[in-house]
Parts: sequence; C-alpha cells; structure tokens
Amino acid sequence: MPRGVAGLVLALLLAPVLALMSSTAAHAVDTLCLPDATHGCLAGTLRTEDGVLPDVTITVTDEAGAAQEVVTSETGKWNLRVDKEGPYTVKIDESTLPKDLVTDGEVKVTSKFGVTIPALITIRTENYSATTSKFDELLQSSVNGLRLGLLLALASVGLSLIYGTTGLSNFAHAEQVTLGGMLGYYLINVHGLGLWVGGVLVVILCAFSGWLQDRVLWQPLRRRGLGLTQLMIVTIGLSLALQYVYQYTVGARTVRVVQDNPEVSEFGPITITNQSIVAMVISVVVLAAVGYALLRTRIGRATRAVSDNPALAAASGIDTDKVIRLVWTVAMGLAGLSGILYALVTNGIKWDTGLQILLLLFAAVTLGGLGTAFGALVGALIIGLVVELSPVLGMPGDFKYATALLILILLLLVRPQGLLGKPQRIG
Amino acid sequence: MDNIQYILNGMVREALSPQTAAVAIAVIGLNIHFGFTGLLNMGQSAFMLLGAYGFAISIWHGLPMILGILFGFGAAFIFALILGAPTLKLRGDYLAIVTISAAEIIRYVGRSALLVDFTGSAQGIPGSKYTTAFDNLSFFGNGSFTLIPFNYRDVADGAAWVRVIGWILVVAVITLIVLRLRRGGAFEGIAQAALTALMFVVGIFLIFFLFPVPYLSSEWWVRFVAWALVFACTAVVFLLVRSPWGRALRGIREDEDAIRSLGKNVFAIKMQALVIGGLFGALGGMVYVLSSSVQPDSMGRSLTFFCYTALLLGGAATIFGPVLGSVLFFAGRIGIKYIAATYVPDSVMSGQQTEQFSYIVVGVALMLLVIFRPQGILGNKRELRFNV
Amino acid sequence: MSDQMAQPTAASGMADPAARRALTGGFAPEPGSAKPDPILVVDNIVRQFGGMTAVDVGHLEVQRGLITALIGPNGAGKTTFFNLITGFDRPTTAGKGAHWAFDGRTLDKTSASSVARAGMVRTFQLTKALSAMTVIENMMLGAQDQAGENLFKSMFRGTWAKQEREIEAKADELLGRFKLYEKKHDYAGSLSGGQRKLLEMARALMSDPKMIMLDEPMAGVNPALTQSLLGHVQSLRDEGMTVLFVEHDMHVVRHISDWVAVMAEGKLVAEGPADTVMSDQAVIDAYLGAHHDTDLGDDALLTDEAIEELEEEVAAEREAEEETK
Repeated sequence: MPRGVAGLVLALLLAPVLALMSSTAAHAVDTLCLPDATHGCLAGTLRTEDGVLPDVTITVTDEAGAAQEVVTSETGKWNLRVDKEGPYTVKIDESTLPKDLVTDGEVKVTSKFGVTIPALITIRTENYSATTSKFDELLQSSVNGLRLGLLLALASVGLSLIYGTTGLSNFAHAEQVTLGGMLGYYLINVHGLGLWVGGVLVVILCAFSGWLQDRVLWQPLRRRGLGLTQLMIVTIGLSLALQYVYQYTVGARTVRVVQDNPEVSEFGPITITNQSIVAMVISVVVLAAVGYALLRTRIGRATRAVSDNPALAAASGIDTDKVIRLVWTVAMGLAGLSGILYALVTNGIKWDTGLQILLLLFAAVTLGGLGTAFGALVGALIIGLVVELSPVLGMPGDFKYATALLILILLLLVRPQGLLGKPQRIG
Repeated sequence: MDNIQYILNGMVREALSPQTAAVAIAVIGLNIHFGFTGLLNMGQSAFMLLGAYGFAISIWHGLPMILGILFGFGAAFIFALILGAPTLKLRGDYLAIVTISAAEIIRYVGRSALLVDFTGSAQGIPGSKYTTAFDNLSFFGNGSFTLIPFNYRDVADGAAWVRVIGWILVVAVITLIVLRLRRGGAFEGIAQAALTALMFVVGIFLIFFLFPVPYLSSEWWVRFVAWALVFACTAVVFLLVRSPWGRALRGIREDEDAIRSLGKNVFAIKMQALVIGGLFGALGGMVYVLSSSVQPDSMGRSLTFFCYTALLLGGAATIFGPVLGSVLFFAGRIGIKYIAATYVPDSVMSGQQTEQFSYIVVGVALMLLVIFRPQGILGNKRELRFNV
Repeated sequence: MSDQMAQPTAASGMADPAARRALTGGFAPEPGSAKPDPILVVDNIVRQFGGMTAVDVGHLEVQRGLITALIGPNGAGKTTFFNLITGFDRPTTAGKGAHWAFDGRTLDKTSASSVARAGMVRTFQLTKALSAMTVIENMMLGAQDQAGENLFKSMFRGTWAKQEREIEAKADELLGRFKLYEKKHDYAGSLSGGQRKLLEMARALMSDPKMIMLDEPMAGVNPALTQSLLGHVQSLRDEGMTVLFVEHDMHVVRHISDWVAVMAEGKLVAEGPADTVMSDQAVIDAYLGAHHDTDLGDDALLTDEAIEELEEEVAAEREAEEETK
C-alpha cells in the first residue's frame, strides 16, 4: 500500500457494520450490539496495514462526561451500546497500544438510535511523514497493483478457460477463491500445518473440488443439454449457497491464514511484506507454467482447440469431456491458490471476499477478451493496476473498484471483443 | 401445535410484508427483461436503488413527494438508456456483465463518503427522513387494529381442530388458484375472472382469520399501498404482454434476427422493454424503502439474485409468476429458518446459523429449480426457453 | 398483392412464359449485365473476413418481376451476399464505394429492419421459425405497421383490436394457401423442416413485400413438399413479386428460374438463362473446382505441400461459412 497510507494506521473497517449490511439479512453476526428504537451503537475496528489491534482499551465519553470503557477483541473490533442520541468522544488509551504506534487518540461521533455509527480513529506510526512524494506513492501503488493483478490473474485465467471451453460464465468462481483462503485458515491457522505444506494441500483440495464439481454437476448438466443461461443461473445458486456455507461454518468475521504479523522489506520508496514478494513470485511462476502448458504441450493445444471450436475439436478426435474436466480441475486449483495468497497478502479472508472480487475477475476476463487465457492475464494486470493506482491519480479512494468497472464498460463500447479477442460479428 | 402456529405466523407475516411486495414489483420488471424479452439484466437491484435514492433524497431535501417519485423514475429511466444504448446491440452476456458492473458502480457511488449529504454514504438514509409525507396520506386512522375484527381465537378459543381445518382450507384455496392459473383459463371471460377473484378474496380472508396480525395503522397503510401497487403492476404487464408489442418481445427473446428480417426495430423494442422493466424496478425500490431505510448494501447483487430466484420459482414469462414466486421465496426462507430454529437443537445449529442455513437452502433451491423445473410453478415448459 | 397485379408494369405480364423468355432474351448473358427495369442494383460490395475475401461483387442488377436464382458452389459467398444486401452484415467497402439500391431507394446505410420495411424481405438458410410460439403468432409478427406494437398504444386494446382482426384474417388466408391452416395453434417447433420453410415464407409474405429473398428454400425439404414450394414460388412471381433465391439443386434452378447469376469465390462469374449458364465453362470450373481436371491418381497430389494447400483451402472456406452464420 502507498506509504502515505501505509503509515497511517487506520482504525477503519467498519467490520460489524459491513457484516450487517453486506448480508442482505439485517442480522448482525459477530457483534454484541444491535441497535434498536431506543438504543444506538458505536463500533469500529482498530487495524493497521499488517493486521488488527487486539486488546486496546477505548474510552467512550458522552456529553455529560460519563465514561464507558471497551477493549478491542481478538479481531481488533469493538462496539458499544449507547442509550442517548448525541455527541460522544471516543478515545484510545495509548498505554495499551503497541510501542511503535502513536495516535491523535480521539474522535467525536454523534450517536443515533437504531443505527450503528462507525468511529474512525487515526493512528500513525512514529516515523510517519505526511509528505511522501507523489512519485514514491505512484511506485508503491504500482507494485501493489501488480500484486493484485497477479493474484487476480491466477483466478481469471481459469475463469477464462472455463468460458472458452464450455461457454459458461461461472459466477461461483470467486467463491472458489474464498475457498482457498478459508481452507488455508482452517489447515494452517486452526490445525497448525506449516505454511508451505498447508498451501500445497489447499491447492490440491481446491483442484479436487473442481474435478468433483465437473464430475457430479457440470458434466451431467452438459449432457442434459442445459442452455448456457440456465447453467449460468445454476452457478449463481452455487455461489449463493457457498457464500452462506462459509458464513455458516466460519462466521462473518475476517479470518487470517497466519497469526503473526509479516516481516516487511523496503526497496527504496517501496515497502512490501515478504509474503507479498513470495506470493508474486509464485504467481509469476505458476502463470508462466500455465502459459507454457497451453502453448507447448499436447493437452494445452487440445484445450485451445476446444476453446476455438468444440465441435470441430471433438470431430478431430479430441476428447472434449476430458479436456473440460482438466480445465475445471486446473481452474479451481488456480483459484484456490489465488485465494490463499490473497488471504496472506491482504489482511485475511471473509465469507463475502469472493463477492467483492468476482466483478474484478469478470472485468479482467472481459477486458482481455472473453475466452482468451492470455487476454485474461493482461486484463487482470490492468484491473489490478487501475484499482491500486486510481486513488493516487486523483480518484476518491472509495471509487477505486468503481473506476475499474467503469473502464470495463467504456472499453466494451469501443472494442466489444476485448483487448486480445478476435474481432467477430456480434449480434 | 403452538410451534407450528408460530412458524406459520412468521411465514404469513413475511409473505405479507411490504418488502415482499416491493421485491415482487421489481421481479415483475425483471420478468419483462428476462422472462419476456430474454434480456439478461443482472442489475435490477441498481434500478431499485436508484428509485429509492431519487425518492428519498428529493423528499429529504424538502421536495414534495410527487417530485420524489418522478425523480426516482427519472433516475432509473436515464440509467436504462445509458446501459441499453451501447449494449443492446451486443451479445446477451455483455448486457449481463455491463448491468452487473453498472449496478456495482451505483452502489459504490451511493456508499461514497463524498456524497454523505445526499446518500448518507454507507449508513444510508433512515426512513424517518422521507416517510412522513407518505404516512400522512394514510386513511387508516391512528393506533393499532386488526383488519378482520374476529379470528379463530374468538370463534373457538384457538382450538387445534379449527386451526388444522383452516390451514387445510388455505392450502386448498391456494392450490386451486395455482392450478387455475397454470391451466391458463383463469381470466378468460367475466365468470371465470370473477371466480378467480372470489377465490383470492376467500383465501385472503382465511389467512387473516387464521393468522391475526395486529399492525400499527402506518404499517397497514404501507402494506395496503404496496400490495395495491403489486396488483396494478401485474395488470399493466398483463395488458402489455397480451398485445402485439408483447408478441414482438417474445419473438425477440427467441430469435432477434428473425424479427429484424420482418422489419421490426429490434433495438427500439428492446430498449422499451429495458426501460419499462427498469421503471418497475425503481417503483419496487421506492416501496422497498418505505418501511425501512435506504441502504446501498441491502440493494446489491444478492438482491438481484434473489429476484431471479423468485422469478424462476414462480415462473418466468408468466403473469402471476413474479408475485407467487416472491411470496413463496420470502415466506419459504423464513419458514426454513424458523423450522430450523424450532426443531434443530442449538448444539447442532445456533440461532445465527439458522439464518445462514436458510440462505444455503435458497442457493441450492435455485440450482435445483433451474435444472429440474426451469419453467417454475406457473410456467409453460414449451414456451420457456433460455436463449441469450 | 391484388393492387400490384393491376399495375401496368412489366411485372404484370410475367405470368406468361413466352413473355418472360422474350424479356430475358434481351439481357446480355454476361456478369453484371444491364436490365431494363432493375428492382435491385448492387455496386462494388466487398466483404473481407481477416485476409479472406468472401464477397467481391462489382455490379449486379435484378430484374423486376422475375425469378432470379443465385447459384454457386459451397463457400462462394452467396449467403454472405444476402446478409450484406439485407443489412445483416456490413460490407468492408461501406462508405468506400459500396452502393446498392432497392426500388430506387439507396440502402447503403440501412439497418436490416428498414430493408425489410422497404419491401425486401428475406428468409434464412437455417429456418428461423420461432419454435416456442404458435404458427399464428409467427404469422402475425410478419405484418407491418401494427399500432399495437407501439408501447403506449399496446395497453389499450381498442386502439389495435380491429387491425389485429384484419391481420389475423390475412394470416389465415396465407396459412390456408400454404396448407398450414390446421396447424394454426400448434407451436412452430412441432412442424417438420419443410413446414417451417413454408411458414417462414408465408410469414415473410405477411408484409406484402415487393421482393422476396429465399436462402436455400428447398434445403432439407422432402420431395413431396418441394413440388408445392416450387409452385408457391412460381405463383408469387405470377402475382408480380420479384424473387431472388439461393439454391444448390440444379434441377430446381432449371425448373423455375427465369434468370441465373453464378457466384464463385465471392465473385459474380456468369449470368444468363438457366440452360445456357450451365454449360458456361466458368460455371463448370466453379462447380467442379479448379482441380476437377486433375487426375486424382496423380502421385504429385500426395506430396505434403499439395495436401496442405488443399487443407488450407478447405479451412478458408469453412471459416467463411462460420463467419457468415
């Protein structure tokens, strides 16, 4: 993340509020405070770039000076039920903060009955300097964008291959990304497996889930002759079901693959966690391997042949079912890898992480040209860069995803076949 | 017995809730898009959100309600034009990608902290800011009352046999109505139409008799308006799709090129369908927020997906499918949740998990529905084809 | 149709075979020959897919009131040509010299639907009968200028009920003529292939076109129905309509066409009456391919280069077919 922002440890992420809203069910999970007609809630999460801040004491004082204290949870969250509408002062007890952090310490909020009001407290590292140069910021964001782009690429190449070979827009693809992160949490964090062993196991399990899906679901449905729109709606159902399975088993909280905060390396103006470097290297190696396989191996050529023209491929002796089975397996393995890496380099993974990145994946795939694996790679990198660079280049921070989607829409208008797609008559 | 009564009460309450009606209206719009024209609109929730914003923001900032309604429709209208102009000439899945992306953009913009004075950002706009004008129009008086002044408790002291007979009767009436609708003859001729209407009325009276629901007068008012709008919208769609215009829509759904070769302006007809369906969506959005608040995150992709579930459940390309589907969807989900909460011990499934469990069932149900009964309850299998 | 019959144009006399022969006898039997009363004039239409030129027609005129057949081997670009002049595809030369006019009206920038409204209605090689709609619904979609297709009027039955009845009467009449009346309320999907071709033709006639363009009307139709289809086509001509059709079957072409245009590799290679055009060397070459005089026992053909060359040709043709679909 840009240093200007990285230095700022934001007590942001309105986790309880978000959890409450992003499920359309208006039931908060993971929070003790439910606002009602005669009470309001104050809530927030103390977090840094590297993780959340547990066990920090927060004092909330009302106008009359009556004070209440709360301590942030294991996940850095706090919330408080208040029985008055009006201004409150939220203050951090600095003695409970980790050493290298300082804070302005307080923020004023106005409570309202029936709603949860987020309280954002600004915390800074001691060596924070507000005057990072624009250029440094740009460099840092580019690296972050590249990182996001590579992770998206892992998932979107699979999505694109599935679209290419079967014509299916898989809305459940992003849930496979979440699955990777969730399995990582379960195997490594909960069951204490080593990071590398656990990571490999996650990818294998995810790949197996792809094999199984095609075996029990997609192949029988293809044989049944379901139309593509029908199949697409099936994937929407699957996506819904999977999201709530995650929420059912793990809850609405954000979970992390490893507990401890990662080590950080600095290269000139760029600050990056070692995990991110490793993740980027892994992504590049895996993507290169996939590219090589597609271009140079027999099965890769068969895959591209099926993408090109399934009927012709089948007629020329290619076992399309076998190719598609393989594509599902590989695509889900890649999505799982993307998921565990995503959970590692960002702050963790949540039941609806997939929901957040699904559109980025679609944008990447469409941008590059529907069904072309290399287009998806290019598209993913572009989307990653756009998302991370747009705030630096002047877009308001909460529009960064919107910018990526807007670019997608605009591109579709001028070049409907995508960047690398073959121009063909459409409509 | 009391457990069952509790569960059924919950289901009826949910089935009659104004938000169910609101979603039904939005699904009626989606039916024009997806059911009749074959447009894969994946952004119906954005039409709802725009309608709600137009309505709520205008009134919050002191404009009269009628202008609020117009602004709500206006926003959806412009949104439809902007979306449709570039995409309706492209392949169908592009419309899906563009609509879902545009819907997200609308939501992100609504959540943006920059617009906090207009949209209330992520917190949204609380209902108290804009519902007063609507509530003042109420002719339901003040205080709380029950629509049907006597119920089974007065008649038979809430005896079990009265309830069981009542429930059987309700199920019988609903089944009869559904069967009549599926045969398609329910509205042919005045006598038939009157008979169907009579069955509706009997069913509703039975429901109120068996599940007494004392609401506040404002709550009755919202429900009355919401369901009146549902029936009005159903009537409009009935008129629209039985016309030559509706015939052209169905033709386009099946084969655009054929319709083009017959000299119809396919683009214009698709655009009209997109706009009309979007306006229904906007109306649904306004009704949706009448009894709650405008929250961008509650009108996101999930809501669109629920709309699709409801539509496919009731039957795409049917007149009553959207209404039936929405009612069954919401009542069914609450039913599953309550049943799980009542009969599954907490050690197996906690109270929160019942909520998630109900949504898992929704997802799986959507899959099974599309695979095994794509025409839904009321649909005609021969007519319904998924072609994009 | 009756009012067209009454018009004292050349068309009205076309029911008489001798008159037709006399008329076509005056045309020069060469590609792009001038006609006395052309209903369709096409200039300089080129369509390229990638590097492949699918259609490259310099000049073509179609005489009013006659049945003109457009023939040519597979991949000759006939269907692409149809798509181009009916607005379903755009020529590569659009705006750069491509020009075509129907009945005096320029169509260079006209959409497919406007072409149909101008009076030039087409059918498709793979029938586009709307199979999930009933036969009568299919028919009624064919009628032009329906008030009920206006969104605002559509809700008020009174504004279009009368017209609807008239359209239905007309549809009934056409269905009767095409022997489909008994199937009126059946789904079009339940019809046989030949019946769908008939339905598509009948539907096209609902708009009272001046010219009807049939893309392989006899393909996949059983022999019994072929006879009746041919009869229908001829009676359309006799009523004064212009017919342009693409066909493979030489017997059909010989049997009903008054004039034949031959395409090969995208170009117009010959024109003339059916009998003469079929003995034209250019046509024979086009049909049998440039290799037809090569001895297939010749070992030289089995070299890798020769086979690859052939494969490339086949692939190019297939691609052209694909893209025009």
